[in-house]
Amino acid sequence: MERLLAVSSSPHIHAQQDTKAIMAWVLAALAPAGLAGIYFFGFRAAAVMAVCVASCKISEYIWQRLAQQTVTVGDLSAAVTGLLLAYNLPPSIPFWMAAVGSVFAIIVVKQFFGGIGCNIVNPALAGRAFMVSSWPVSMTSWTVDGVSGATPLAMIKEGSIADLPGIYDVFIGNIGGCIGETSAAALLIGFAILLYKGIINWHIPVVYIGTVAALTAALGRPAGPLYEVITGGLFLGAIFMATDYTTSPMTKKGQVIFAFGCGLLTTLIRVFGGYPEGVSYSILIMNLTVPLIDKFARPRIFGEVKKHG
Amino acid sequence: MKLPSFWGGIHPPQKKDATAYKKIEEYLPKGELVFPMAQNLGAPCQPVVKKGDRVLVGQKLGDTEAFVSAPILSSVSGTVKEIGLRLTSAGIYENCVIVENDGLYEKDPSWAPIDNYAEADPKEYLKRIREAGIVGFGGATFPTVVKLSPPPDKVIKWLIVNGVECEPYINCDNRLMLEEPEKIVEGLRLMLRLFPEAEGVIGIENNKPDAIKMMESEVSKQGDNKIAVASLAVKYPQGAEKMLIEAVTRQEYVMTALPADVGCIILNVRTVHQIREAIAAGEPAISRIITVTGEAVAEPKNIHVPLGTSMRELIDFCGGFREQPVKVISGGPMMGVSLRSIDIPVVKSTSGILALTASNAHLAPESACIRCGRCFEGCPMGLMPSVLNPLVLMRDYKAFEETGGMNCIECGACSYSCPANRHLTQSFRDGKSTIMAMRRKAAVK
Repeated sequence: MERLLAVSSSPHIHAQQDTKAIMAWVLAALAPAGLAGIYFFGFRAAAVMAVCVASCKISEYIWQRLAQQTVTVGDLSAAVTGLLLAYNLPPSIPFWMAAVGSVFAIIVVKQFFGGIGCNIVNPALAGRAFMVSSWPVSMTSWTVDGVSGATPLAMIKEGSIADLPGIYDVFIGNIGGCIGETSAAALLIGFAILLYKGIINWHIPVVYIGTVAALTAALGRPAGPLYEVITGGLFLGAIFMATDYTTSPMTKKGQVIFAFGCGLLTTLIRVFGGYPEGVSYSILIMNLTVPLIDKFARPRIFGEVKKHG
Repeated sequence: MKLPSFWGGIHPPQKKDATAYKKIEEYLPKGELVFPMAQNLGAPCQPVVKKGDRVLVGQKLGDTEAFVSAPILSSVSGTVKEIGLRLTSAGIYENCVIVENDGLYEKDPSWAPIDNYAEADPKEYLKRIREAGIVGFGGATFPTVVKLSPPPDKVIKWLIVNGVECEPYINCDNRLMLEEPEKIVEGLRLMLRLFPEAEGVIGIENNKPDAIKMMESEVSKQGDNKIAVASLAVKYPQGAEKMLIEAVTRQEYVMTALPADVGCIILNVRTVHQIREAIAAGEPAISRIITVTGEAVAEPKNIHVPLGTSMRELIDFCGGFREQPVKVISGGPMMGVSLRSIDIPVVKSTSGILALTASNAHLAPESACIRCGRCFEGCPMGLMPSVLNPLVLMRDYKAFEETGGMNCIECGACSYSCPANRHLTQSFRDGKSTIMAMRRKAAVK
């Protein structure tokens, strides 16, 4: 007898890119920044990344087993969360703190809200925010091998403009900061990979960074707009965190509104806030506006309003 | 230069090379022929023959009084063996007339060209189109005579011939444009006599440059300055009615409107070809051209096939399967219907037989939506598939309607692009048909 044929609803073919492939490309795009982090901060940076990725994957696995859900650790989304969290930590962070932050990100921020696609804020950023309020000293000390490296943004906040590192060092990443955020050059390579593979479109990163540049220039920040955008976590946040599918709007129109909001909040926090950096809180706040943006920034249904008339 | 197109859409791999350069071959069926009585949109036919009757080529097997209908004609001469239920490409057992082929192909003598057809009263054409059983061969099988009889208050300004063929793998329209362009252009010219204010446009995707060149040279040869060939961007679903009208006329229209409301009538190339054959050669709609292809088929071919022929015979004609197929599809991979058996007759809607192997057939399980927005970008109708999908799953049909779900044209662009393999199109089909059923029920009350 002939084998029975499979019957299903059309379409019968499918694009190659599935969730796992997308996550794998995000990891690949994150790799240059990770290598830069290891180069500048040493082997300890690699160890922090390993701790975060492993903690995220293991906690997701255990949670899904306990909750009797389908185990989806294989889709690599937990690995992306772990790596992003590591990139947002100082290289000197104690390993156990990195592990606790990872577990918080996966269990409380992601799984409590329903797992992949359902979390309302970015798990890595929320994990970082949790760690900043729990261990403020460890999270803001940038001492590596006994050399203290205050971040350029902290220096601007303190008013010590003269001591700022040169723009070349800032662009390459040879400055104090979190593991994955310092090298603008490496993050731009990652941006190029994401664009080339069609993982993200340009709207969020470009509008976000452009808004910060324009507003800091308008407000007359002393270091100038170019210096302002390539320091701190702006590139990491704009390219990898604000573009997280689940916590950003689905239409391009919505993404532009969202990115502008992120840029506005980042500038306000940097200029008027008590905190030198503003990227992670801006994105977290804007994450919460996404359902509202999605409600209004809807695509126009064919034929409903005449486009050509 | 940017070619005309529409908003949204996707770019699936074309995979047309296997049959793009293969001439259309004739096939004469060997075994019995099966004629389902429901082969068009609208009313199904009732058999007008009895078991044991001798029938001729072109003789009527089924008909109905209903306006939206087309008769079913025999494609062979022979004896009516049975009237009964057979499995069809709809996936159900339907009422069919089964004819035992005597292999003589004796033609019903009443079929002849319309006298002096080029100058005949265009009303004669409409009568002939109905009698010849012509329906839209693009796949929707809407009775052509109904399409060509718009309400008198609608002025038709564009008569668009759809040569887009945006489904991957399929080449039957492409080959017809290359091999018999003169009949397509003549058919269009005859139809333009029905609509004196209309211009003719032949829309072809830019991935068929030979067909575009062929049609252009044929139009200039026949010296008709009311006909133009439009080269369109390669994007799926460019051949969908609404998308083609937008690309050609830059007009959109709402869900409840018809092409005639924006002054358009669209006919598939094979439909126009068949119209010419019926009027000028006395050939009714008893055959069609289909592409038999897919990675599982040994020798993919384009074949001119009498309707009612078993798909199994055609696959054998193409050397059988080189590999065990996982899915066999009637039509193209984006909108075709998967079959559970190949013992199924070719009907008016069969544009292709596509046999896919395990590596091409898409059978991955669903996972959670990651809100990537690819379905938004692919939807040519500007819908939000990832928002509509849970509404159907939660059976919130009211919200589904309010969010625009009924606009879905079931092109499959969303499901194709979804990285989480969500069965989006399937759920919309489900939602739409449930709502239609509820509306019918409410209307009866």
